[in-house]
Amino acid sequence: MSFLNNVITGISLGSIYAIIALGYTMVYGIAKMLNFAHGDVIMVGAYVCFFATGSFGLHPVAGVLLAMVVCTILGMVIEGLAYKPLRQAPSLAVLITAIGVSWFLQNSAQLLWGAAPKVFTPVVSGGLSIFGGQLNISYVTILTVASCLVIMAVLSAFIGKGKMGKAMRACSEDKGAAQLMGINVNSTISMTFAIGSALAAIAGVLMCSAYPTLMPTTGSLPGIKAFTAAVFGGIGSVPGAFVGGLLLGIIEIFAKAYISTDLSDAIVFLALIIVLLVKPSGLLGKYVPEKV
Amino acid sequence: MKKFIAMLMAAAMMMAMVACGNTASNNGGNNGSNNSGSADEGGSTDGTVVIRIGGIGPLTGGNAVYGVATQLGAQVAVDEINALGGPIQFEYNFQDDTGVAETAVSAYNTLKDWEADIIYGCTTTAPCVTVAAETFADRYFQLTPSASSTDVTEGKDNVFQMCFTDPNQGVTAADYISANSLGTKIGVIYNNGDAYSTGIAEAFIAHAAEIGLEVVATETYPSDSNTDYNVQLNACKDAGADLVFLPIYYTPASLILAQASAMGYAPTFFGADGMDGILTMEGFDASLAEGLMLMTPFNADATDDATVNFVESYKKLSGDVIPNQFAADGYDCIYAIYAALQNIDGLADMDHEALCEALIAAFTAEDFSVDGLTGSGMSWSTNGEISKDPVVVVIQDGAYVTM
Repeated sequence: MSFLNNVITGISLGSIYAIIALGYTMVYGIAKMLNFAHGDVIMVGAYVCFFATGSFGLHPVAGVLLAMVVCTILGMVIEGLAYKPLRQAPSLAVLITAIGVSWFLQNSAQLLWGAAPKVFTPVVSGGLSIFGGQLNISYVTILTVASCLVIMAVLSAFIGKGKMGKAMRACSEDKGAAQLMGINVNSTISMTFAIGSALAAIAGVLMCSAYPTLMPTTGSLPGIKAFTAAVFGGIGSVPGAFVGGLLLGIIEIFAKAYISTDLSDAIVFLALIIVLLVKPSGLLGKYVPEKV
Repeated sequence: MKKFIAMLMAAAMMMAMVACGNTASNNGGNNGSNNSGSADEGGSTDGTVVIRIGGIGPLTGGNAVYGVATQLGAQVAVDEINALGGPIQFEYNFQDDTGVAETAVSAYNTLKDWEADIIYGCTTTAPCVTVAAETFADRYFQLTPSASSTDVTEGKDNVFQMCFTDPNQGVTAADYISANSLGTKIGVIYNNGDAYSTGIAEAFIAHAAEIGLEVVATETYPSDSNTDYNVQLNACKDAGADLVFLPIYYTPASLILAQASAMGYAPTFFGADGMDGILTMEGFDASLAEGLMLMTPFNADATDDATVNFVESYKKLSGDVIPNQFAADGYDCIYAIYAALQNIDGLADMDHEALCEALIAAFTAEDFSVDGLTGSGMSWSTNGEISKDPVVVVIQDGAYVTM
């Protein structure tokens, strides 16, 4: 029974990684840049929802929608101010800028909302009790896994079909050629960021519903772990992010429960190294040979 | 390579120049010929002595909540003392160390350039250990409100603490639990990436073994940004622990309480002073903390005049944030320094080195004791550790009740 309990804990942690990783992987897959500020957009989303439901008494659903709107705007502003001017710059410059944006968001959040941690009111509470209370699955976990699946399906459909999706795939493959074909690369990438940030808002609300402490640094560590999950599953691959996130959560919990709580992070990253050694593009990633 | 060496040389020369600049300006200050005309001690003519207190603590980053509390708590005391208009006036400058040792050293250097006389801080242990080594070498008197490891004071006669040491808290907690039969099987969950948490937990476990208190589960987690504690709680539950000792800060503790409640595990939870503040978290469901016991030197709900006044002044500075024990420790630090300064003759002619020796003598004097918010009759031993009575409170109906 304790094994099943650990599986459930692992899935609930992993589903959080997965939903964050979806945003990471989507932006990377199309814009080919690692948006390290993703974790902090998540934090902003959670704060917006916190104030919307707590201070203004909005319905949780309205809170989530408001958080999505704010994060979408924030994502587009960040993209326009910080990343767009660097479109032609080497990817390292963009990476460093992303880290800068991440720090900027964290410190602005602290100025605006203070350093003291706040306790987030979960959008759904309670859980499913089975086997006479031996096993508990919280509704947040179920909701997170369901959201992951829905987002995955919608994203795959959006990218796979339709004009915008086609433009995104074209940009992902070759920006220069896409531009020559008459695709507006800039607005396509902005669109990608908008969608990624809206996903971040959902992830933020679900993450804080599962683990309800909210402070300016809340997004940073889960952001890094989710990035690991995205790499694990194959960065750029939407289903890969989901699988990677879940596996990462389960490995982490199992390492804690059966090996050592001290070494759990080391074991998680060891697993990542092994996966990358065996399959350099991640579990579900596609290997794209460099053409010279 | 050549270029690199040239750069290195240039950097070394810059450092040397900066260092020279320091000594020059310090000497200038002491001779009264400093062209910046700063109000160093003895600088004014009407008999008042201005003492510069340089504070260090995290104002940004994950530990900012503690740093801001120590900053503002001390600010309240400085404002009060200056308003008295007595012969001792304070200037106060607080620098951000982001909770990182390297940053703390640059904050300390900034304060040296500002010609601080006394160092107040650091808030957290790791930066404090590093800065304490510097102040020991440079001979600055240092009083920390909250860095509680014995590493802070060990071998340094100039460093004093306002808070309990970590081992001291662990031992006291074990004694208290045993004496009041609060639990028979004890689980411990602590952050083994943190000196504070580890220090208390290790002393607790060692002392528990000595006094025959059975520790059935010892669980750790690597950092306070950890979010999932189900594994640790399950281990305590499976071992049959009826009391779980949490020598950790309140942010992770709030998650532990919520997750324990979700899995239907309800032992007695017992925290150390880092648990103080859990009720002030915005949005925290106080019913989760019902029955939680903690050791804290300060209770913001107390009704004595000193506490009420402090809470009121603090809330004005902090934008209605209720002070925690870090703030109260900070407040007491400034008053302890003030009390000690009053016992020193010839303040006006002292540089920071002479002041350091005089303050060490004053703090360790037989008859020196301070009454403050965090204890009455507080006194210090020569190794810098404080002696005051621990207070255990239990949370009932969302408020502290002293045991």
